[in-house]
Amino acid sequence: MKSVTKPQAPGWKSIPMGGVITEPGNSEKYETGDWRTMRPVWSAKKCINCLLCWVSCPDAAIVAKDGKIVSFDYKHCKGCGICARECPPKVKAITMVNETEFEEQEG
Amino acid sequence: MGKRVALTGNEATALAMRQINPDVVAAYPITPQTDIVQYFSQFVADGQVKTEFVTVESEHSAMSATVGAAAAGARAMTATSSQGLALMWEVVYIAASLRLPIVMPVVNRALSAPINIHCDHSDTMGARDSGWIQLYSENAQEAYDNLIQAVRIAEHQDVRLPVMVCQDGFITSHGLDSIEILEDAEVQRFIGELKPSYPLLDPEHPVTIGALDLQNWYLEHKRQQAEAMKNALRVIPEVAAEYAKLTGREYGYFEKYRLDDAEIGLVALNSSAGTIKAEIDELRNSGVKVGLLKPRVFRPLPAKELREALLHLKVIGVLDRADSFSAFGGPLFTEIRSALYGAQIPVLDFIYGLGGRDFTMTDAGNIVEKLAKVARDGKVEEPITYYGVRE
Repeated sequence: MKSVTKPQAPGWKSIPMGGVITEPGNSEKYETGDWRTMRPVWSAKKCINCLLCWVSCPDAAIVAKDGKIVSFDYKHCKGCGICARECPPKVKAITMVNETEFEEQEG
Repeated sequence: MGKRVALTGNEATALAMRQINPDVVAAYPITPQTDIVQYFSQFVADGQVKTEFVTVESEHSAMSATVGAAAAGARAMTATSSQGLALMWEVVYIAASLRLPIVMPVVNRALSAPINIHCDHSDTMGARDSGWIQLYSENAQEAYDNLIQAVRIAEHQDVRLPVMVCQDGFITSHGLDSIEILEDAEVQRFIGELKPSYPLLDPEHPVTIGALDLQNWYLEHKRQQAEAMKNALRVIPEVAAEYAKLTGREYGYFEKYRLDDAEIGLVALNSSAGTIKAEIDELRNSGVKVGLLKPRVFRPLPAKELREALLHLKVIGVLDRADSFSAFGGPLFTEIRSALYGAQIPVLDFIYGLGGRDFTMTDAGNIVEKLAKVARDGKVEEPITYYGVRE
């Protein structure tokens, strides 16, 4: 198993004291997808583009274009699993997979 | 050379606050700090200060308003005692963690329950790990001098931490003392102008203060705070040296009284130190080699220097005017003994004076006698005792 290499965040000597944020609007850079423990894996082949998942996603993390699902925004998806649950049982185009499995693959 | 005046500890503190002339004071009166707020609000009413005085409904609000003012970029102060400090609790930590250079006189008083308005150190000792610098004062002079120095310490760029300046409730706060004071202009020159780090009232440089700080950052911010405390160990003597040039009054991490050639050592904070000094003079006349170490700086703890100052003693008695209810002695005792780790010196803890119980020269003499016995016999029967308690 390879170790996960993420870009190193700055150390304590180089950040503003007291948790002050000096760059306005930088919450855009905050990748809340970091919180996810289960990742929705989408199969384009199985998908019937009913858009139920797109409508249900509480984080608008499913990207659709021209009435079709294009991709999942993993930088913001928190892995709640609503999409997988809402995907019609006969379709099952979305499977929830533990993030640890990707750590091994993507390492 | 300053002017000599007769003032109580509270009057001296209020006077120092007038001379500091902070931008904002948000305070709530509480015994025995009440005079400070009362005198200061008079200065505000009389137009002697430019301070915005915020009358608040509780100490939680007092510290909150002070934090808000300091975050805005103001030089902000408050003052409290006992239950007031306890009610401020969550915001006390926030002041330190947001690195706001607030200065707060605290007039030491016992904590409830049972309710008691008199002196002990359970209030500020409870706040010893809140991230505030703590300076302790033996008398009105020291309360005055420490408060003025506290502004410089708190606002130093390498520190940026709040400072508590402690004095004993009633004994110091209400006792009339002869003290030497500075001219207003001298105080202003000494403290200089505050250069706030990230003022909210600077629209050219917008900032967010108090944002969520999760697993990936919190440890780094706490590490910075620890470093600021270490820096304070360097800055406090620098400020004291400058203050000594101005006033001739010298301040260290602690005061040593006839300690260097002593065999028996006492360690005590605040007003009891004065009583002990008088008793030491008596005992020295009859040949007892006894001395005192009176800590001034308790946070940060100058552990190395404390150790060096105490290492030559045959026995040490620590006087704790607070218990930590750890079943392992009071807060001063555990720190002093920890600083002396590995040294083969018996250290005894005397928890005394709780709730304002009198501490006299006779009491100091009794404690020295107990310590002398330990030095003679080399045996410690009970290292932690409650001095003067009725059995």
